[in-house]
Amino acid sequence: MSTTATPPASSAETAPGRGMRFTGWASNYVDERTSASTAVKALGRKIFPDHWSFMLGEVALYSFIVILLSGTFLTFFFDPSMTEVEYSGSYVPLQGIPMSVAYHSALDISFEIRGGLLMRQVHHWAALLFVAAIGLHMLRVFFTGAFRKPREFNWVIGFLLFVMAMALGFTGYSLPDDLLSGNGLRIIDGMIKAVPVAGAWISYLLFGDEFPGTDIIPRLYVLHIMLLPAITIALIGIHMVLLIVNKHTQFAAPGRTNDNVVGAPVLPAFAAKAGGFFFIVFGVIVLIASFFTINPIWNYGPYDPSPVSAGTQPDWYIGFADGALRLIPPNLDFVDPLGYTWAFGVLIPLVGLLVFLAAVALYPFFEAWVTGDRREHHIAERPRNAPVRTAIGAAGITFYAALWAAASSDIIATHFRLSIEGVIHALQFATVVGPFIAFFITKRVCLALQRKDREIALHGFESGRVVRLPGGEYIEVHEQLDDFERWRLVSFDEYQPLMIRPNDQGKITVSQRVRAGLSRWFFEDRIAPVTMNELESQKH
Amino acid sequence: MIRRIETHLTMAPTPASTRRAGRRHPLATTALLVVGLLATGGAYALATTTATAETTAASAELIDEGGKLFAANCASCHGMNAEGTAAGPTLIGAGALAVDFQVGTGRMPMAASGPQAELKPVQFTQAQIDAMAAWVADLAPGPAVPPDRYIAGDGDAAHGAELFRINCAMCHNVAGAGGALTEGKWAPGLAGVDPVHIYGAMVTGPQNMPVFSDLNLTPEDKNDIITYLLYVQENPSVGGWDLGSLGPVSEGLFIWIFGLGALVGVTIWLTAKSN
Repeated sequence: MSTTATPPASSAETAPGRGMRFTGWASNYVDERTSASTAVKALGRKIFPDHWSFMLGEVALYSFIVILLSGTFLTFFFDPSMTEVEYSGSYVPLQGIPMSVAYHSALDISFEIRGGLLMRQVHHWAALLFVAAIGLHMLRVFFTGAFRKPREFNWVIGFLLFVMAMALGFTGYSLPDDLLSGNGLRIIDGMIKAVPVAGAWISYLLFGDEFPGTDIIPRLYVLHIMLLPAITIALIGIHMVLLIVNKHTQFAAPGRTNDNVVGAPVLPAFAAKAGGFFFIVFGVIVLIASFFTINPIWNYGPYDPSPVSAGTQPDWYIGFADGALRLIPPNLDFVDPLGYTWAFGVLIPLVGLLVFLAAVALYPFFEAWVTGDRREHHIAERPRNAPVRTAIGAAGITFYAALWAAASSDIIATHFRLSIEGVIHALQFATVVGPFIAFFITKRVCLALQRKDREIALHGFESGRVVRLPGGEYIEVHEQLDDFERWRLVSFDEYQPLMIRPNDQGKITVSQRVRAGLSRWFFEDRIAPVTMNELESQKH
Repeated sequence: MIRRIETHLTMAPTPASTRRAGRRHPLATTALLVVGLLATGGAYALATTTATAETTAASAELIDEGGKLFAANCASCHGMNAEGTAAGPTLIGAGALAVDFQVGTGRMPMAASGPQAELKPVQFTQAQIDAMAAWVADLAPGPAVPPDRYIAGDGDAAHGAELFRINCAMCHNVAGAGGALTEGKWAPGLAGVDPVHIYGAMVTGPQNMPVFSDLNLTPEDKNDIITYLLYVQENPSVGGWDLGSLGPVSEGLFIWIFGLGALVGVTIWLTAKSN
């Protein structure tokens, strides 16, 4: 350093400017009263690894913030009252039509209140994005094995957030009291009434009367703007705390081990990036909301139990439930000799969906039990390195996607010029048989990819350079990977099927046998990671 | 009218000088205009009544013409005397309106057997369609083409929308975007359909559509429904592009593909390593 630069630097150190002095005084003032510096120090130095798939949860979080902001605006103008009024607003095809105050105020938000329609569309599009981002985030966590110890609880909390998001979405979908929302509520009412013994009681409790009654909209409103958001915010809080406590997973790479986290600290780089990303998410939502109509409630008219429009569907995240009701074969319902109706056409989908959701929630515990793995895992696995898990995930996606597609069976039929019966039968097949096919194909693909990785790690990759040897033979030159690339291919855990062992009473229990069987199913077909010895011998 | 004015003019015996003054009178131009207008108006009225008389007179000729067109284009399925065959129903009693709808929307003649007749470019001129309609109407009484006041689309849009939701939306969708029926049949979208064809569909019940008789929906009700459909066509969605008015399916696809797709693109961009 040159000497001329020293005097100003030292003078700046000894005599800070007024702004600096104020900042110092203010932060000290706050810190002495809150000890905030400890938190800032801990949080600010929190490390986040960089990978695009680690930002999907952020998309969900930011769209939730957008939902909160736009939803607050909507509560200023929405009135959930079920009092009947005559429409007097500016949308001509509804003028003079009797409707509830709730629907009237939703129309007023769309037509009379400045910025109201934009806010409604922002709110609705952000809600769709919120659940979609949660779904993709869950898939990322599942396929990289990021739910393994110590993150099982956070998986369950994330799952609860997914359920809350669906509940929030559905209650919101029902609030405008237009034809579409009433049709959706009618389906929920039917599902509740299909519950044996208690169904009719629960329905009356919820609706306060024979469907639809006038209680349901104000009740759903309270759930939608108070209870469900409060629970969601609390769960998000716990989710984030556990994220910090558990630390973030990272993909294997040189220098990244199970005991460290390599990435950028929260302050300043990551925070700036994340803050910017919030505005990008917000911007994308507002752009979509500005240019694309969502839920044009004015088309649907006020709720009336008699009409149902063609193309009546729930929002996408409830689609799988709607699809299950469409796919269940007819004639399953009967009246028993005691005079009770058993609506199996509704009950089977209902139970099936609950079992599916429970399976999603409990999968981490299931896998931990099968593998018998009690170690902590901080390295995100590549999907191919856990073939059976990846295959289970693919089977689950196929099952879900078939149900989901079934919710749009009528649209598929009209737009692809198919018969709706053909579409339904094809999707019934896809729901039942598809998961098995997906499982088999995915598992084989994973094993094949692992084999390819092993091959490349050992023998290098094909360089495309063909050389003629003095003897006349042609060979293609293989080039070795560098150590960084090879690391990615060779560092993964190897599991083996569990041995059946007698317990301390010398018995082999049934659960032991089941567990051993499942473990064999998981790990029977496997590709061993390349060992150091193999690499060494390959070099010579 | 004309004669009365003429007599009025001839019955004014005035001296030449006053007549000249009369020609120069400030109101002369106006009077001349009035005369001219009345004359042309009267002539037009006369001409049109003559024309109407001619149509009724030429009706037999038109029916003849329609019969020939029918024999050449329709009879292979509907039979030479429209008595119907295994390939097509009888048209006796189908009425002019049914012909106007089926041929006027290009559904007939059918290109191929299928779940239902498809829309395609219209194969005949309106005059030819009218001739065939006249021939079919001549076979037996049936629904006739409605007078203009029932297809003007100047009724009560709100009432029409309500009737549409109750009677039509379960197949055609609340916004008239169309929907699926059984066995590969479908209710078509209603955007851009001519009011007379909307009216004709309601009265004649083409393909799988039920008939909405005048006891079910009065002609005024039908006009209200047409009014609503025209309103929806002429007033695009206030919320932006309507994604086909298909409801939550297209919205869900859109947010997954374009919304989440765009944001995943952004995440990849944000975490990309600089080269």
